[in-house]
Amino acid sequence: MEYILQIVFSFIFTACFGVIFNAPTKAIPYCGIVGAIGWIVYYYINHMGVQEVQASFVGAFVVAIVAQIFARRFKMPMIIFNVSGIIPLVPGGIAYNTMRNIVELDYTLGIQNGMRAFMISGAIAMGLVFAEVITQLIMRTFNKGKTSMQSFARAKRRTQKFK
Amino acid sequence: MTMKEQNYEMALDCFLLAGQIMMESGAETYRVEDTMLRMARSQDIEDAQSYVTPTGIILSLGRRQITKITSITHRITDLHKISLVNNISRKLTLKIITLDEAYDELLKIQKTNYFLPIHVQILTASIASSCFMVLFNGLWSDMPVAFVAGGVGHLAVTLVQEATKVKFFSEFFASLVVGIIAYLAVHFELGTELDKIIVGSVMPLVPGVIITNAVRDLMAGHFTAGIAKGAEAFLTAFAIGSGIALVVGLF
Repeated sequence: MEYILQIVFSFIFTACFGVIFNAPTKAIPYCGIVGAIGWIVYYYINHMGVQEVQASFVGAFVVAIVAQIFARRFKMPMIIFNVSGIIPLVPGGIAYNTMRNIVELDYTLGIQNGMRAFMISGAIAMGLVFAEVITQLIMRTFNKGKTSMQSFARAKRRTQKFK
Repeated sequence: MTMKEQNYEMALDCFLLAGQIMMESGAETYRVEDTMLRMARSQDIEDAQSYVTPTGIILSLGRRQITKITSITHRITDLHKISLVNNISRKLTLKIITLDEAYDELLKIQKTNYFLPIHVQILTASIASSCFMVLFNGLWSDMPVAFVAGGVGHLAVTLVQEATKVKFFSEFFASLVVGIIAYLAVHFELGTELDKIIVGSVMPLVPGVIITNAVRDLMAGHFTAGIAKGAEAFLTAFAIGSGIALVVGLF
């Protein structure tokens, strides 16, 4: 029950960010799906007792893979799906606590929280890049070593055939 | 000027316009570079070179010695425009449309505003802020306050941005407004957890796109762009943080 609630609300949350970032209208529900999958993976792993940094890495990794699949399916840039997808993972609360600690002159706790926020955002970025590189490697194996220009030329020939 | 030279002139304008629109809409640097060079190669200009930074683009068509610069003064997040330019570049590369048609369409894209009406945007910002309460173990009773604060925060950032054109100030002002609303709500016992309400309501302002792009650019080897975007993200985060800090410090 708890998980269904989390899935539904993370879907709405991410889809709303799709609107704020002005994603194309037909892509907005898919932005929501990307965000919901990434969040539920993060939530589940974090509840299993894994540290938040590692959980963020895995969450962002999954976000990027699902975003890549949708990007290829709809022939849209990948950025549309993954920028709203990672929003639930962004350590907003911890960054806020950092700021609050510093204003209240509790520098030790401030630095501690700041380091946490920094590590989590680093993990998210790493997850995104790793997933992209790995999917590209796999795609290249699929295309039997063709460079991107060669696969472009192949697609061109294919469209001319259809005309 | 011969026919061919004129053609190159227009090709250069067309590629540069595509790059400019993408950069102004918040695309990654490597995507901008890739799009421009692919468009050039599709027009049999094999030796084109580009240098892209968040504040300006330089594009040269190689041996023909034509080079142009365009400066980029404002950057927002508009994923729809990125997707449209991407489509045009795809069509041009596959020879579905000609260079003239591509240029016309790009001019049209640059002028059009693809954003949904402002009230829809504010509504979604409000919904996003209240959903945050569920995701981060907040109280269900705090959702209405976050709904109002998130919407007003988004309205404030849009209005002040239009009036002053200073991004730092509009973000500072919006987070200040959010902080005051949250504080008043807790003071009059409409809400309970001040921290959760504030964090949820400033979420629509968080520079998530810029942070992601900064790291991606750094990893792709675009160090100038990566550092510049990192600075932009830091400035935004600092603006939001100091707006909130002022509220927390005052009360």
